[in-house]
Amino acid sequence: MKKVSNITEVIKLLDENGIRSDGRRLDEMRKIKIEVGVLKNADGSAYIEMGNNKIIVGVYGPKEVRPKHLAIPYKSLIRCRYEMMPFSVSDRKSPSPSRREIELSKAIREALEPAIFTEEFPRTMIEIFIEVLEADGGTRTASINAASVALADAGIPLRDLVTAIAIGKIDGKLALDINGIEDQYGDGDMPIAMMPQLGYVTLFQADGIFTSEEIEKAFEMAKKAIWNIYEIQKKALKSKYLQIVKEVDINE
Amino acid sequence: MSDKYQVISILKKDAILQLLKKNERIDGRGLEDFREIEIFTNIYNKAEGSARVHLGDTKVVAGVKASIGIPFPDTPNVGVQVVNAELIPLASPLFEAGPPGEEDIELSRVVDRGIRSSEMIDNKKLALIPGKKVWMIFIDIYPLDYHGNLMDAFGLAAVSALLTGNLYETEINEDDIILKENKIPIPINHVPIFVTIGKIQNKLIVDPTFEEEMVLDAKITYTIDENNNICGIQKSGTAGFTIDELIMARDIAIEVAAKIRKYLPLKKG
Repeated sequence: MKKVSNITEVIKLLDENGIRSDGRRLDEMRKIKIEVGVLKNADGSAYIEMGNNKIIVGVYGPKEVRPKHLAIPYKSLIRCRYEMMPFSVSDRKSPSPSRREIELSKAIREALEPAIFTEEFPRTMIEIFIEVLEADGGTRTASINAASVALADAGIPLRDLVTAIAIGKIDGKLALDINGIEDQYGDGDMPIAMMPQLGYVTLFQADGIFTSEEIEKAFEMAKKAIWNIYEIQKKALKSKYLQIVKEVDINE
Repeated sequence: MSDKYQVISILKKDAILQLLKKNERIDGRGLEDFREIEIFTNIYNKAEGSARVHLGDTKVVAGVKASIGIPFPDTPNVGVQVVNAELIPLASPLFEAGPPGEEDIELSRVVDRGIRSSEMIDNKKLALIPGKKVWMIFIDIYPLDYHGNLMDAFGLAAVSALLTGNLYETEINEDDIILKENKIPIPINHVPIFVTIGKIQNKLIVDPTFEEEMVLDAKITYTIDENNNICGIQKSGTAGFTIDELIMARDIAIEVAAKIRKYLPLKKG
């Protein structure tokens, strides 16, 4: 722990040339890799690497509701569990759910639910399990990017994919897709999720101080990045089926 | 709260929706009006600070307790702030006893972030022996009667209790801390106000009642400081907002926060 306090004195989030601690520009996103259909048991699944974040998502359902009294007569019940594995962070995280994880489970569920045609599946439930294997800032947005792809992979009808990115504030400047250090030592964090085609914002949170103008600027930055991620999500979904086509061709 | 959807009749729901089309609300308010606010402070003597807030029929209490403890290793020179909220069954037939659920935790974490991000408490002044002993400030918030918009009422109660709270004056004698008889106000930098705006179809409404919450598609809470900066945002609910709606809601929130600010108790000291 002593090491951490030493780092704070040395660490510079932004150098003279406007380059961030990991070499990115302010409007530069980390590399994203998404794989679809990575689990056999789950009805839909996805694995995402967004910078150093490594997250796996499994979706089950629509299926019978348990306990039964939770069933909703006119729509599907959406359940979401966001969990960080104890080894996913520097200091071991206790395996019992933290208050942060409970809040994020709700926020992520409410980011995804607007996209799901829940009314098509009354008295059923859809479960979304998110496990963070390695965390480095922006796990909720990476989780949403993977979970919406996993929902699509499960064949659940969606109005649109949900795509997310965080805008942070470092040294008083807005920065796209902040990493762990920038989140810890920066001045603010504003995760945004959207259904890009429909233009709806489904997750919007912030801590730190932002002026009114910064909020508008953050939306502009986020929108651009979200369209890029959206393409990566679609490509990942397609590639699973292209792979199947290939295998079928070989067998014939 | 998961079976909230069961408790409003279709008739009432239709009435709310029909009225909203004409920009009217079921209790006669305008879309951007909040309910009557009453704040009573320093009402419980054992607490370092306390407040009871009435927002229309919604009634909540908040209490501040302070104790001396060890700082977190990554922030050795600042005090500790803990916010806790629990939706107790006293306040509504919808609340059940037991460990705090998603809703309780979200409420307390949004209040916590608003107070923290706005730097309301002058945390550096809470360090007694840097790296070793600091004031720990515990803010506990409870509903007494739930009739909608707990978020804003909780925020107002926490802020009011902090504004009027007192800590013992201390004297530091090497590694010992001596509490003196005299009390001094909790050091305050800024004052955040929480404003929740509900979305029903394409209408935005301030300070939703319980019945309106049943019909809401989604909610957005903005935390606004006295310089009109935004120091906290939380969207909740199972629908989305357009960016234009979010920006409109931000402007409404800034306006409403300025009005609510006038109800705040005077800062001590």
